[in-house]
Amino acid sequence: MKVRVDEAKCCGAGQCALIAPEVFDQREDGIVVLLEPGPAPDRHSAVREAAAVCPAAAIALDEDA
Amino acid sequence: MSESVVRLPIPTPGPLYPPAEWERLRERCPVATVELPSGDRAKFVSRYDHVRALLSDPRFSRPRAGDDAARVSADGAGGVAADASPEYELAIPENGEPHLRWRRQVGRYFTAKRMAALRPDMTKTAEALLDDMIERGRPGDLKAALGFPLPVYVICALLGAPAEDRDRFSHWSDAFLNVSRFSQEETKAAFIGFSRYMTELIAAKRADPGEDLLSMLIVEGAALPEEERLTDAELLATGMGLLVAGHETTANMIGKMAALLLADRSRWEQLLADPSLIRTAVEEVLRFDANLGGFGIRRYLSEDIDLDGEALPSGTTVFCGMSAANRDERVFDGADKMDLTRGPNPHLTFGAGPHSCLGQALARTELQVVLEVLLRKLPTLELAVSAEELKKVEGLLVGGLREVPVRW
Repeated sequence: MKVRVDEAKCCGAGQCALIAPEVFDQREDGIVVLLEPGPAPDRHSAVREAAAVCPAAAIALDEDA
Repeated sequence: MSESVVRLPIPTPGPLYPPAEWERLRERCPVATVELPSGDRAKFVSRYDHVRALLSDPRFSRPRAGDDAARVSADGAGGVAADASPEYELAIPENGEPHLRWRRQVGRYFTAKRMAALRPDMTKTAEALLDDMIERGRPGDLKAALGFPLPVYVICALLGAPAEDRDRFSHWSDAFLNVSRFSQEETKAAFIGFSRYMTELIAAKRADPGEDLLSMLIVEGAALPEEERLTDAELLATGMGLLVAGHETTANMIGKMAALLLADRSRWEQLLADPSLIRTAVEEVLRFDANLGGFGIRRYLSEDIDLDGEALPSGTTVFCGMSAANRDERVFDGADKMDLTRGPNPHLTFGAGPHSCLGQALARTELQVVLEVLLRKLPTLELAVSAEELKKVEGLLVGGLREVPVRW
């Protein structure tokens, strides 16, 4: 799995950092920081949830990568 | 497509249940023509994809004073959060780059980490409020005892206002939003009183900054180029907006959360057995709530758009029915069933896109804290009336329950 984030779209809701804190963090101003672009399989489910609930649709997943 | 006119707000069968009309609209008339209490006409969208697309569209925001938007009420009644009015215009930039700049600066305060840091104090406050309710004896009203005061206390702390001013904040918030109990003069007087108070508070924070949101904006702003700093008017509007947007909404949601979880006590028991479900349970309550105001969030179309084949001309006011969208079977399996383990749960209760609720992490934290404290301190909690006897109050941002009578 490959994860991409769009900082310009990010609205700083912080859901991703709560749901998958090993993969996502927030900068001081709340904008997403991608910690792990290729997360381990045991994180995939949390990453999928974070992407699905992102209010700004700022997280894109490539499941086949 | 049948072009029948629907009146907003659509009546609900009970405070916890959605109108059957939503399903009909989603299936047969997803872009419906609606008539408002003012007599003005607008559009109402009820499908998840449409609501999400419109709320996320960076071109559009809520109607502003001066837009020729459909009015909710004809005579200007409706308080601060109803129709845009020059009297209540807050100087928060609403679009494009200025909005982004404002949002990024204020958003610094609402990160997941900062919210986690607020949790211990919030928990203590919730426990103290609950202790007071327990001491007064059964039955209690969970809304008056906890739902209403907790968010005010949290907002006062966030703004760095002294605890002894909490009652004044409660009054102002009530007067802004409770349209039936206050006259337009009273609402206006409250707005002026709160503006003065906040102006003085901002001056005090400039002189002697603390750890609060206003101080943070002032101190960190000083490091920015002058054109990027928030003006005093923007600081004032930010502080006032926090109370307008953060009090009634959270207060009502606390009451509805308790009622929804207790109306079918197997839900409460499921949480008692497994408190690790608190996070997903809070999201499901947010999705399931059928009372996100009778109107939803408004968007004023500043250009022509095509919504799934329906041409909507510039100048149209669209009401985005988030509660209706949250029950859309296209997105949520078993949408009419409350599932405390549901995940992912991409509900639209906080909106979506660049204008999605700035305080959503705060609201989530408050709701999670309240639920955790209730389960821990009052495991025997139950409704003191039947769910059918609960009475609704029509709010402007979100609706709620008049009282949440409970025993334990």
